[in-house]
Amino acid sequence: MTTDAFPALSLVPKADALQSAKDFKSDQEVRWCPGCGDYAILSTVQSFLPDLGLKRENIVFVSGIGCSSRFPYYLDTFGLHSIHGRAPAIATGLATSRPDLSVWVITGDGDALSIGGNHLIHALRRNVNLKILLFNNRIYGLTKGQYSPTSERGKITKSSPQGSLDYSFNPVSLALGAEATFVARTIDSDRKHLTEVLTAAAAHEGTALVEIYQNCNIFNDNAWEPLKDADTRDDLMMRLVHGEPIRFGKEQEKGVVRKSDGHLEVVEVAKVGLDNIISHDAHAKDPGLAFALSRLSNPRTLANTPIGVFRDITRPSYDRLMRDQIAEVTEAQGAGDLQTLLYGNDTWAVS
Amino acid sequence: MSKQVVQLSRVVIRFAGDSGDGMQLTGDRFTSETAGMGNDLSTLPDFPAEIRAPAGTLPGVSAFQLHFADHDIMTPGDSPNVLVAMNPAALKANLGDVPRGADIIVNTDEFTKRNLVKVGYEANPIEDGSLDAFKVHPIALTSMTVEALKEFDISKKDAERAKNMFALGLLCWLYHRPTEGTVDFLTAKFGKNPEIMKANLRAFEAGWSYGETTEEFSIQYEISPAPMKSGTYRNMSGNLALSYGLIAAAKLSGLTLFLGSYPITPASDILHELSRHKRFGVMTFQAEDEIAGVGAAIGAAYGGALGVTTTSGPGVALKSEAIGLAVSLELPLLVVDVQRGGPSTGLPTKTEQADLLQAMFGRNGEAPVPIVAPQSPSDCFFAAIEAARIAITYRTPVFLLSDGYLANGSEPWCVPDVSSLALIEPNFATELNHEAADGTMEFWPYLRDPETLARPWAVPGTAGLEHRIGGIEKADGAGTISYDPENHDKMVRLRQAKVDAVARTIPDLVVDDPDDDARVLILGWGSTYGPIGAACRLVRAEGKSVAQIHLRHLNPFPANLETILKSYDRVILPEMNLGQLSMLLRAKYLVDIIGYNQVRGMPFKSDELAAVITDVLQSL
Repeated sequence: MTTDAFPALSLVPKADALQSAKDFKSDQEVRWCPGCGDYAILSTVQSFLPDLGLKRENIVFVSGIGCSSRFPYYLDTFGLHSIHGRAPAIATGLATSRPDLSVWVITGDGDALSIGGNHLIHALRRNVNLKILLFNNRIYGLTKGQYSPTSERGKITKSSPQGSLDYSFNPVSLALGAEATFVARTIDSDRKHLTEVLTAAAAHEGTALVEIYQNCNIFNDNAWEPLKDADTRDDLMMRLVHGEPIRFGKEQEKGVVRKSDGHLEVVEVAKVGLDNIISHDAHAKDPGLAFALSRLSNPRTLANTPIGVFRDITRPSYDRLMRDQIAEVTEAQGAGDLQTLLYGNDTWAVS
Repeated sequence: MSKQVVQLSRVVIRFAGDSGDGMQLTGDRFTSETAGMGNDLSTLPDFPAEIRAPAGTLPGVSAFQLHFADHDIMTPGDSPNVLVAMNPAALKANLGDVPRGADIIVNTDEFTKRNLVKVGYEANPIEDGSLDAFKVHPIALTSMTVEALKEFDISKKDAERAKNMFALGLLCWLYHRPTEGTVDFLTAKFGKNPEIMKANLRAFEAGWSYGETTEEFSIQYEISPAPMKSGTYRNMSGNLALSYGLIAAAKLSGLTLFLGSYPITPASDILHELSRHKRFGVMTFQAEDEIAGVGAAIGAAYGGALGVTTTSGPGVALKSEAIGLAVSLELPLLVVDVQRGGPSTGLPTKTEQADLLQAMFGRNGEAPVPIVAPQSPSDCFFAAIEAARIAITYRTPVFLLSDGYLANGSEPWCVPDVSSLALIEPNFATELNHEAADGTMEFWPYLRDPETLARPWAVPGTAGLEHRIGGIEKADGAGTISYDPENHDKMVRLRQAKVDAVARTIPDLVVDDPDDDARVLILGWGSTYGPIGAACRLVRAEGKSVAQIHLRHLNPFPANLETILKSYDRVILPEMNLGQLSMLLRAKYLVDIIGYNQVRGMPFKSDELAAVITDVLQSL
């Protein structure tokens, strides 16, 4: 694939030769628990990065704290493993000052939505050129099993022996409410879908939030299993494709309609007719449809869970706007001269 | 009527009024005219945290003090020779600082029963004899201004607002200040509103003319220019000097200046100033919070920029974890703390030096950070460059500890020739630096320079130097994750040794002891330089000896500090805290420091410090 497919990365230098997944494997021993969903994501990302065709040294992975945040150590790119929740802020400084880099943030549901919630929403609204991969396993793994902001209410964990009292976040709804220009959801074990979503995210100018349903087999095993099990997944999960009618079910028998009150509803296609099934529009200026879709799923049963790209709209990135502003001012006023600056307008001479 | 002209060698004027009375602007203009006269000067703005406290109340009083002279001076003056009080609150709030015999100009229009009651005056102090010890000049500033502006098509409120220009005109007449600068200033400031512009100019002229014609003032004063070394001068405030120092440091190092900041008093002006200089390629990022401000600066530093974050004490508290990350990552970073009164929200617009120990120790683990402190408003320029030099050379976060007094105070500055400033070499890593066991070359991100102990700064985009680092402990040299006990012990000591090594590039302290026979040493750090220096002059003028040193580097200390401290019978250390530097020096050098500590939100007065020195001299 040529990098023309990634106009958002036009300022990032291209690799001289074809790359393979092996080029992106670092020499560090991977230390996630055996069976962790992170392995699948790592493997997919390593296979996907050569598609970008970028110089390896111009790719940076920035992470916070948590199991997922060890990710950068295992990629042979530049990597920065920072502090809890702050990766979006750190990546903002890096991406804003270095347009020649492809910057990725790796985070988890605790890192991004709890301690780092403020940085996440502000990165999204600013539309900094960052790709944020949020590994959501609905549990705190590295601290050994407390409930997270995406845990279902009533969850029994070490810190909630009688069940958690918190209502949970839906990361996609949150991101859409925070003015995100690209929001998608995918699943760790679905290599093909994950690759498609990562490709779309990479092609997007500005902040992309990709929620990845990821399994923690130690503290919250099978949290997403109904969406993976061949017997149940088709009934529960709808795959959003821009421009296509939103249908799902083993026989594509279910679809989404808009009710007269504006809300969305899942119905039998046969009962309403295919013409009444709405089509997905990821490029809609108004995030209303994307938000309504994000609200369809049941956080407990996982029924009606959309995956795919909810929203992908064009808006100039923060870093581009900043560069443009600097260029415009410099063009209008000329490059600054330090000596002139120091003198200012009000000097006097002593001889 | 021709008036007597009296020569003075120095004058301290304090303008005081309601927050909305434009006292800071009035003071700024008088300062500018005074600078243009060639006097040496020093200023001290003193304003409330509230944007507009209720009118006429004590909390709403805003003041600006200016000291100017025909010789070089070091402080904004201990007490005013002239107080301009625009209302009863301004009089009441400031009277305690005014010495007997001083001039007090009061705006009688504001001394109404209601306003007097508002601040607790039972009788009018102008009439009840309570001000007999002073030379009171009761002037109806507001009504005279309104009268002078009656032909203008402006509201009564706008006319009243011009009373500060009337007062400025009067003071300019009284002290023989030129007027062209203020005329130009008003013309530019109100250019879009010609009627208001003309009204303000008229008010200014009217104040001047009033001085010339009234019998209230029979004497006009002159203060000759101060002898100063030759050069081109401008007036310079601390936050402006600090901003320019950051731009200069970026230029000298060839790095992009990236500021990540969240607005906070009294540091916000640095963010404002730097955001105006995009033509220098400066990037300013107003973050969502203090943590994001420093986080973005660290990210930019990782990418090879000069990463800076500006804040005050409460912001430093929030940034602590991220500063610790920068210590561990060993990346250049400037943390500018414009100190204010604490703890917590404290006194946002007042000055203090109580963040020294926070800068020194306010992080988890052993996380040493070099600390630099400017000693005067214009010195903020050079201190910023010095902090950047240390940060870039040693790959470390550096604290720059300014304070509210330096930030807003101003003084004449002999503008340096840019070509005289030393370059700062970032020395980015470009090559593989270590031979592996199998003979192949590899990159070790924590292989140190033997002289500075600094690690290589290998920025993204450098082919072959891809590496992963983070806040987890790293193996010495290779930089990979290491939980090895011996390695951790070594890395903790290496990080400390690196900071200690900075001392090798710090110039030795030079003791100021003109008579070379002093037995008492007074030392200080930061903004106390002016009051301490002025106190030493007072003491020496009485024929006594006292030696002075002033610390610019608080961590590490200059190499000869211990020898100096141990060469004197007594060592005095005034600080605007409860003894933080004293604690460090006592711990490190076992010297019995005599602390003199005040935390009143205001700078020391030189006469009180002179008294402290004199007391210690008498104890010998």
